[in-house]
Amino acid sequence: MPDLLPVLPELILAVGSMVLLMIGVFSGEKSHDLVTWLAAGLVGVAFLAMMFVVPRDSHAFANMFVADDFALFTKTLVMLGAVFTLALSGTYLKERGIARFEYPILIIFAVIGMMMMISANDMMALYIGLEMQNIALYVLASFNRDKLRSSEAGLKYFVLSALSSGLLLYGISLIYGFTGSTSFEVIAAYGAGSGANAIGLLFGIVFLVAGLAFKVSAVPFHMWAPDVYEGAPTPVTTFFAIAPKVAAMALFLRAIIVPFPELLAEWQQIVIFISVASMVVGTLGALMQDNIKRWMAYSSIAHMGYALTGLAAGTKAGVEGVLVYMTIYMLMTAGTFALILSMRRKEGLTEEISDLAGLSQTRPVMAAAMGIMMFSLAGIPTLAGFFAKLYVFMAVVDAGIYWLAVVGFVISTVSAVYYLRIVKVMYFEEPKDSFEPMKDKGIVTVGYLTAVINSPLHLLLIGPLTIAAGLAAKSLF
Amino acid sequence: MADWPILSALLLVPLFGALLILTIRGDSEQAKKNIRYVALFTTLAEFVLVILMWSMFEVGEAGFQLIEDHAWIGESIRYKLGVDGISMLLVVLTAFLMPICILASWESIQDNVKEYMIAFLVLETLMVGVFVALDIFLFYIFFEGGLIPMFLIIGVWGGPRRIYASFKFFLYTLLGSLLMLVAILWMYIDAGTADIPTLMQTDFPASIQTWLWLGFFASFAVKMPMWPVHTWLPDAHVEAPTAGSVILAGVLLKMGGYGFLRFSVPMFPVATDQLAWLIFGLSMVAIIYTSLVALAQKDMKKLIAYSSVAHMGFVTIGIFALNSQGVGGSVFQMLSHGVVSGALFLCVGVLYDRLHTREIARYGGVVNNMPVFAVVFMVFTMAGLGLPGTSGFVGEFLALTGAFQRNSWIAFVAAIGVILAAAYMLYLYMRIVFGNLTKDDVKAMPDLNLREKIIFLPMIAVVLWMGIYPKPFLDVINPSVEKLLEDHRASIANHELGLDMAFRNSGSGVLSAHETQ
Repeated sequence: MPDLLPVLPELILAVGSMVLLMIGVFSGEKSHDLVTWLAAGLVGVAFLAMMFVVPRDSHAFANMFVADDFALFTKTLVMLGAVFTLALSGTYLKERGIARFEYPILIIFAVIGMMMMISANDMMALYIGLEMQNIALYVLASFNRDKLRSSEAGLKYFVLSALSSGLLLYGISLIYGFTGSTSFEVIAAYGAGSGANAIGLLFGIVFLVAGLAFKVSAVPFHMWAPDVYEGAPTPVTTFFAIAPKVAAMALFLRAIIVPFPELLAEWQQIVIFISVASMVVGTLGALMQDNIKRWMAYSSIAHMGYALTGLAAGTKAGVEGVLVYMTIYMLMTAGTFALILSMRRKEGLTEEISDLAGLSQTRPVMAAAMGIMMFSLAGIPTLAGFFAKLYVFMAVVDAGIYWLAVVGFVISTVSAVYYLRIVKVMYFEEPKDSFEPMKDKGIVTVGYLTAVINSPLHLLLIGPLTIAAGLAAKSLF
Repeated sequence: MADWPILSALLLVPLFGALLILTIRGDSEQAKKNIRYVALFTTLAEFVLVILMWSMFEVGEAGFQLIEDHAWIGESIRYKLGVDGISMLLVVLTAFLMPICILASWESIQDNVKEYMIAFLVLETLMVGVFVALDIFLFYIFFEGGLIPMFLIIGVWGGPRRIYASFKFFLYTLLGSLLMLVAILWMYIDAGTADIPTLMQTDFPASIQTWLWLGFFASFAVKMPMWPVHTWLPDAHVEAPTAGSVILAGVLLKMGGYGFLRFSVPMFPVATDQLAWLIFGLSMVAIIYTSLVALAQKDMKKLIAYSSVAHMGFVTIGIFALNSQGVGGSVFQMLSHGVVSGALFLCVGVLYDRLHTREIARYGGVVNNMPVFAVVFMVFTMAGLGLPGTSGFVGEFLALTGAFQRNSWIAFVAAIGVILAAAYMLYLYMRIVFGNLTKDDVKAMPDLNLREKIIFLPMIAVVLWMGIYPKPFLDVINPSVEKLLEDHRASIANHELGLDMAFRNSGSGVLSAHETQ
C-alpha cells in the first residue's frame, strides 16, 4: 500500500467530485446552486487538508508526485482562482439557461489536473496532469454549446492544444531518448551531456518549451488566446485567465528549472525571446482592441511576458518574482473580469470598451474599482501591480541581464497607454446609458474584494506574500 | 529623535480627510459645501502640523532629523522617514500651497467636487511622502504614485485638449521613472540596502556610476523639466485646472531638483563631476530658448509654463555648480519659484474665471477696473523677474554667484536669461494690465473678492519675507548643503586616491578591478 497522504487533497477532490456528480444526476438540473456551493466547500476542505495534513516535502508514486512548498503556494492560488470563478458564474449561466450542475464539477476536474501538473516531478506525471486539465477546459470553453462562438472557441482550443501537446510529447520523447529517463531528478543528474547528446537534449528542451509556452499563451504560441477568450462564456474566460495560467506557469518553472539546471545558458535564451516577444505582441495587440475580452487576452499575453522575465533570470529570486507576479496577476485579473461581468444593460451584457464611457458619473464605485485595476495592471506604484513588476525585474537585474529590464520597462510604458485608455473612457468621456445595478453577491464580492487588495492596502500584505513566495521558490533549488 | 511620529502624521492627515469626504453623500449644494470645508480644514490642519514640525526641527543640524524607522518588506526595505534642511522646507512649501489650492478651486470647480478634493488630498500625501521618504523604494512609490491623481486632475477637470495633455504628462514621466527604477534596482542589489542615508555613503564603482546617474537623470530631467524633454509641461499647464497648475509648478517640478540633490549628487559623485557639462549645456539652452519662446506666447498659462522651464534652468545650474552659494541658492530658488509661479497661475486663474479665456490679446487695461488685482499681479511679476526685495532675487542671485565661481561663461548666459525674464514678464504685465480699457466684457470684470484676497495675502507676505529677510530659510538649508558638498569633495578625493593607487600598483590593475565589479 503506497503512502497516499501527499495526494490527499487531490483524492478529496476526485472522490468528492464523483459524489457531487451523483447528487447532480439524482436531483436534476435544479441542483446547480447546491453543487456550486458544495464544490466551493470541497475546494476548501482540500485546501485545509493540504495545509495541515499533507507532510511537507513528501513524495508519492515512486517520486513522480511531490508535495513541497512550491506546490503548496501555487496550488493555493489555483484553488483561490477556482473559488473566484465559482463565485462569478451563477447569474451569467442562469441568464443563458446553461446553469447545469456539470459546470462546477468540470471546474473541480480541471483543478485536479492543475494540481497534478504543479506537483509533477516526472515527465509522465506532467503530461497526465496537463491532459486532465485540458479535457475539462475544452468542455468548459464550449459550455454554451448552442452558441456558435462558444463551440468555435472550444474547438479551436482543442485543435491547437492537441498540437501543442504533440510538440510537448515529442520534446519529452527526445529528452527521454537522450537521457534515458523521464524523472526530473534523473535528468538533472545526467547533466548537460556532450556532443550529439547535448544537441539532442537541446532539441528536446526546445519542443518542451514550445509546448509549455502554448499553455501559458506566450508568443509565438498565443494565437488561440484572443479567440478563445472572446468566444468562451465570460466566467469561463475568467477561469482560463487565472487558474490554468498559474498552473501552467508553475509547471513551466518546475519542468525547466529542476531537470535542466546545467543547461541554464541554453534555455535562458529561449525564455528571454519568448518573454520579450510576448511583451511586445501583447502590448501592440491590446492597443488595437475594442472588445474588452479580446483586450484582456492580449493584456494577459503581455503579462505572461513580464512574468517569464523572472524565469529568464533563472535564479531563486527570479522564481520568487514569478510567484509574486502570478499572485498579483491573478487578483487583478479576477477582479477585472468581475467588473466586466457587471457591465450590464437592460438588453444584457456588453463587451465593448466604449460602453464604459462616463462610468465615473453613472457608477462611481465601480469606476473607482476598475480604475484601481487598470492602474494596477499598468504597474503604477501605490497599487499592487507595481510590486509584481518590481520583483521580477529585480531578479533580472540581479542576474545581470540589464537590457531585459530596460526593454521590459520601456514596453510597460507603452502598455500604460491601453490601460489608461480604459481610465480615459470611464473618467474623461461623457456618460452613455447607465448600467443596471449588479445584484449578484458573488460578482460584487470578488470585484470589490480584489480592488481593495490591489489598493494601497496591499502595502501591508506584500511583506508576508514575499516571505511565502521566497519559501516556495527555495524548494525548486 | 521625535517623541511622536509627526512625519507619519503628516502622511495620514490628508488621507484621513479624504476618507471623511468619501463618507459625505449626495449631490446637493450643501454636500458640496461640506466637502469643500472638510478639504480646507484638513489642509489647514496639515499646515499647522508642518509648522509644528518646523519648530521641532533643530536648525543648524546637518543630518536627518525626526527619523522614524520600522521594518516593512523583509529587513532591507524599510518604512523610514526623516527630513533634513533640504527636504524640510519643501514639505513646508507643499503644505503651504495646498489650502491655497483648495480655496482657488472653491467656485471654479462645480462638477465632481468630491472626487476632485479626494484627488488633491491623496496627492498631498504622496507629495509630502516624496520629500520625507528615506527608503529608496518608499520614495519611488510616492514619486510615481503622484502620477495617478495628477493624471485624473488634468484629465477630468482640464480644458479642451485635456486628454492629450494628461496622456503626454503621464507617459513622459512614467518612462523616465521606470529608467530610474532600473538604476534603483541595481543599487539595491549591489549595496544590499534601500536606506537612502546609507546609499549616500556607499561608493559605487566609477564605471557604473555614469549609467546609474543617467538612469536617475532620465527621471528627474523629465520631472524638472529640462530642455528638450520639457514639452509635456506647457500642455499639462494649459489644460490643467488652476489649482492643478499651481501644484504642478509649485511642488511637482521641485521633485526633479530635490531628486538631483538627494540622489544624483551625493550617490554618484564621480559621474556628477563628469556629466556636469551635460547639465550646464541643457540648462543654458533651456534658459535662453524657453525664455525666447515665452516671449512669443499668446496664451498666459503657456507663457508662465515656459518661464518655469527657464527658472528651473537656474536651479539645475546652481545645483551642479557644487558650491555652497549655488546649491543653497538652488534650494531657495525652488522654494521661491514654488510660491511665485503658483501665485502667477492663480492670477491667471482669476482672469480666466471672469472672462474664460487665456488669450493675452483679449485683455488690456485691467488696472482701471481691477486695481487690487493689478497690485497683486505686479508683486508676483516682479518676484518672477527677480527684483531685489522679492524672493526671486535671493535665489537667482545666489545661484548665479555659484555659477560664476564655477565658470563665468555659464553665469553670463544665465544672466542673459534674467534679462529675458524681465522682458517677457513685463511684456505680459503690460499687455494685460495697462492700455485703454476698450473691451466691454473686460470692463465688466469685478475686482478681487474676499476669498481671492485671502488667497493672495499670505503669498505676498511670504514672497516679501523671503526677499527681505531670507535668513530663517537659509539657516535651515545651509548646514545640510554644506554637509552634502563636504561629502561630495571627500568621495571625489577618495576616488582619485583609489585611482592613483591602482595605477601605481600595476598597469593592468585598473582593468581587472573593473572587470570584477
